[in-house]
Amino acid sequence: MSRLNNKKGLLAGLLRHQMLIPIAALLLLALFNLIADPSFFKISLGTNSNGDPVLTGYLITIIDCGSELAILAIGMTLVTAASGGQDISVGAAIAISGSVVLRVLCGSDSHAQTLQAPIIVAFLVSCAVAMIFGAFNGTLVAFFRIQPMVATLILFTAGRYIAASFHNNELPIVNDPSFGYYGNYFPGIPVPTPCFIAVICFAVITLVLKRTNLGLYIQSVGINEKTARLNGLHPEWIKFMTYVILGLCVAVAGFIKVSRLSTINYSVIAKDIEMDAILAVALGGNALSGGKFNMGASILGAYVIQFLSTTLYKFNVQSDALPAYKAVVVILLVVMSAPAVREKLSALFAKLRKPSHAAQT
Amino acid sequence: MREGSVLEMTGIYKSFPGVKALQNVSFRLCEGEIHALMGENGAGKSTLIKVLTGVYPKDDGEIYLKGQQGAVKIHSPQDAQRVGISTVYQEISLCPNLSVAENIYLGRGEGQTVSWRKMNEGAAKLLSSLGIDVKPTKQLASCSIAVQQMIAIARAVDMDCRVLILDEPTSSLDESEVAKLFKMMRDLKKRGVGIIFVTHFLDQVYEVCDKITVLRDGKLVGEYQIEDMPRVMLVSKMLGKELDDMAEIKNDIPVCDQKDSTPVYEAEGLCSSEGIQPFDFYIRRGEVNGFTGLLGSGRSESVRAIFGADKVTSGTVKMNGKPVNITKPIDAMRNGIAYLPEDRKRDGIVGDLSVRDNIILALQVITGFFKPFSKAKATEFAEEYIRLLDIKTASVNTPIKSLSGGNQQKVILGRWLLTHPKYLILDEPTRGIDVGTKVEIQKLVLKLASEGMSVTFISSETDEMLRTCSRLIVMRDRKQVGELTGEQLTQNTIMSTIAGGGNDEQAE
Amino acid sequence: MAKAPAVRGPKRGWLSNMTDTNLLTSITVVVFLVMYLFAIVVLQEGFLKPQTLFNMMNANASLIIISCGMSLVMITGGIDISVGGVTALVCMSSAVYLDQKGGNVVTSLLLSLCIGLAFGLVQGYLIAYLEIQPFIVSLAGMFFARGMTTIVNTHTINVQHEGFVALKNTRITVPFLGSYNKAGNYVDAYIEIGVVVALVIVALLFCMLKWTKLGRSFYAVGGNRQSALMLGINVRRTTFLSYLICGILAGIGGYVYFLHVGSGSASHASGAEMNAIASSIIGGTMLTGGVGNLIGTLFGVLSLTLIQNIVSSVGLDQPWWTGITIAAMICVFLIMQSVIISYRKKVLLNSVSGGKTG
Repeated sequence: MSRLNNKKGLLAGLLRHQMLIPIAALLLLALFNLIADPSFFKISLGTNSNGDPVLTGYLITIIDCGSELAILAIGMTLVTAASGGQDISVGAAIAISGSVVLRVLCGSDSHAQTLQAPIIVAFLVSCAVAMIFGAFNGTLVAFFRIQPMVATLILFTAGRYIAASFHNNELPIVNDPSFGYYGNYFPGIPVPTPCFIAVICFAVITLVLKRTNLGLYIQSVGINEKTARLNGLHPEWIKFMTYVILGLCVAVAGFIKVSRLSTINYSVIAKDIEMDAILAVALGGNALSGGKFNMGASILGAYVIQFLSTTLYKFNVQSDALPAYKAVVVILLVVMSAPAVREKLSALFAKLRKPSHAAQT
Repeated sequence: MREGSVLEMTGIYKSFPGVKALQNVSFRLCEGEIHALMGENGAGKSTLIKVLTGVYPKDDGEIYLKGQQGAVKIHSPQDAQRVGISTVYQEISLCPNLSVAENIYLGRGEGQTVSWRKMNEGAAKLLSSLGIDVKPTKQLASCSIAVQQMIAIARAVDMDCRVLILDEPTSSLDESEVAKLFKMMRDLKKRGVGIIFVTHFLDQVYEVCDKITVLRDGKLVGEYQIEDMPRVMLVSKMLGKELDDMAEIKNDIPVCDQKDSTPVYEAEGLCSSEGIQPFDFYIRRGEVNGFTGLLGSGRSESVRAIFGADKVTSGTVKMNGKPVNITKPIDAMRNGIAYLPEDRKRDGIVGDLSVRDNIILALQVITGFFKPFSKAKATEFAEEYIRLLDIKTASVNTPIKSLSGGNQQKVILGRWLLTHPKYLILDEPTRGIDVGTKVEIQKLVLKLASEGMSVTFISSETDEMLRTCSRLIVMRDRKQVGELTGEQLTQNTIMSTIAGGGNDEQAE
Repeated sequence: MAKAPAVRGPKRGWLSNMTDTNLLTSITVVVFLVMYLFAIVVLQEGFLKPQTLFNMMNANASLIIISCGMSLVMITGGIDISVGGVTALVCMSSAVYLDQKGGNVVTSLLLSLCIGLAFGLVQGYLIAYLEIQPFIVSLAGMFFARGMTTIVNTHTINVQHEGFVALKNTRITVPFLGSYNKAGNYVDAYIEIGVVVALVIVALLFCMLKWTKLGRSFYAVGGNRQSALMLGINVRRTTFLSYLICGILAGIGGYVYFLHVGSGSASHASGAEMNAIASSIIGGTMLTGGVGNLIGTLFGVLSLTLIQNIVSSVGLDQPWWTGITIAAMICVFLIMQSVIISYRKKVLLNSVSGGKTG
């Protein structure tokens, strides 16, 4: 009986401390950097090429560059929770939405000197387009009941080509500097703009989760679809909705991405970001098979990944070699969280505990 | 190992988290005998069989087989096949993507290669000898369920087995197929094979079986010769009521006295995609009625049709005299109907969510997407019902899956009571939960009814029904076969109506 | 009670009598032939020459091999997306080994096999015995292989090793199928060694799947894991073996790719895993498992290449058209599979519920 209680306590404890894994990983990375090179944490105020004051330092880089990933992690968490699968087409979808932004801004001339449309219009159009592509994925997953990974494979294959087709394969460049503000700095504000955008996104999703039943519905559908149906929910629609929401996240992330460079490279933009987004969800302790989720943990997970990448870059690891290190992290993570392994571990714990109990009594 | 036995199981224990599925169960099967294993839902029949075939590891106990020295160890279905136990499971355990012949020969025999010609010829011969009309090369998925079940039986029969287990094989077969099966069973019996036959159909038991072993709540009730066991007694053994007690229980529920009032709910010719006969049904304000019948008689399917849980194919529904359209659960919920499903784990709980979220779920869905309760409000609701129903939980934040079965059931009951339904459907609310909670739930049902709620109560335990219901609808073979009220509400009449023909002399 | 349901089975005789596997394979083969006929009639442009077909095979020998492994895993109900990464890693390792470490051809081949074997072993163990989701495991495998490729070497290496170059340039003449070039000279039709390897592998695996118990248990496990267990099949071992074979095939496929391009580069075989999945799907392998056929996969690869050729011949030569066409093709095939299977289920269900109520 006491063993049962112990086990329950342990399990409940693990569940309650879902943030534990990403926080521990973050601390570990911070500690590593502190020992290896304390200057990692230095933040200095410098000026950029335009003469505006900007904050520089590795920490700023992490928070800046992690924005897109964190925003994607929001949508990916919802999709994972509801449909028990992941969308692997987000990178390609970013290429599409980014391409749409540029298409609207540049018009038909890919090197237009002036903006052909207000930036807000471009952004809204790209949102609409990304949500339509999200809806396409959602339809395949929810109504045709195709596994999410496979359904999104279609867009994964075609996305970057579709993006290229909007511009006849030319590389459009936006020459108006105001467009760059969204991906870099607004003049006079030393904090990178993507940070603000990310914070706005977090605020919105927090509000949505608080003011609507989205979280409850998604978790119910993800955990037990049959029960959800018997309690009056429509599981297909809810799954579909999560893909549309992910589409919106993709549009925001894509907007930041193209704004950073004021141009787009179809085959490179947001490359492998889908893998990072999935990893962020997993790192946040969310089951990849769906169900309960913790949005905060996912977002933190995204920044941990960016932290890892930045750390590796700092030690001159080739950007192409990065995946190998990430793979090791992933495998360690999933092996540790595999039920088969957990069972063995908890049996081991129980064994270790028993003698100590005996000693006490 | 006694003389003549082909299989003996002694002192078998098996428990799952929160449930003691088998407690000290012993079972003996003789050579050349057909032995019925009987018991209501959750009695432990399927668990006993899965322990025997190595699907579940047993916690304790021994299994002996004829011709094997000492206790045999069976860790997997392969092991069971090797020692001569072949099984036809309740759910069809064949591969739908393979051909009929392959399904018969898969996982058997020596060698590494497959000879399709030999296999198809063998299968054709086997199938025609058993009178099953299907081409061996046909893909299994394109055969009807009945044919699939016959193929599973053919496979089990073809294996050179000493023990054949048939776990509810007849539920999808029609009469002529059942006749074929029985002929097959008798042939095998002559060859000395011991057959364990699990079924809910009493007629079939009395047609082919020699002995009956009855299980109830994971415990052995007893082993009986078929001749010594009249039908009504068998039913009483399964349901756990001695014959002498039966007449004693007198229900003192006032029969609903509003004969003329408009029913709260009224259905005509209701029928769902789950294959029940179209039925009429009504319930008045403050009335408690019940569907009774053995498992598979269609009682759950009937209430699922009322709630719109299955696809409703025909019928008209009126609530308080006004026609309404109920095709989805949300329609029913908006009309004030609540439904507590039969299978708590599959259809009832949202395992990883907290007790609080589980309680507010249904009401939350009714109030709508944009009107979530504040955390304080939700906690208040949850605590109200935790207090009211005396739910034992560490806190409102505890995930429901870590509660005991009875408390989980109360949480789901609380979920539906929170919606303040006009009509509450309880499908086996007392299954697999302890006695104390059972009584609490029964009392609650009566209290709710006295406050004006209409309740439909389904239970496998007749005395529970008698204590709560003022009107019983009896079902057999997916049809309503009788309606009992007032003086007719006694154990004996219920049992004889359930059991059907051929037993009247026993009931008197 | 109604008559015996067997009599009342699904109406469409030939459709219902065909297994899912055969049905989907036939669709693929027919689609391929129709497309090829279309190409010959409408486009001409050399589609009449057998060499066009052979060139398609030469360019895709490695994809055929990789797709076979992928189909096998998919038939068992899993997925392995590390194959592209393994291909790149094999190319790079072999290139470095031959060019910079002075190795010989035979040991480089062994090296490739070992790399594939290692990936198969580890992934198979994690998936089959630790029961981790195949997608995540092989995703990590892909990351790891891609990363390792750049760690082994960052630059592209063109291999100059004599023995290897000789092997690479070996062309096997196909008699009687040559054609006349513009000058009117007879040119022999040829295939590369890789094509022979690929065809042998397809044939071997096809026979394995069809006529051995192991082969049939792959189908059984993919069809219904629980049932397969009840029918007495060692499900874990079967799953493990499918990933092991897939890993080895990725190794061989990688070497064939290496033999075709003669260089090692981090960008080699990018997207090969998705092409392999696409080929398998088009070839009639269902992602839900239990259905598929390697002949179908072979035609799947060829269809994929053919559609690309046709698209560029038609004049849609912008690079994005091929990608979009492939995606559209996957989409069509996926939806078709989903519809066909659910339609067949419905027909079956009707006959069953008829049996109960009728």
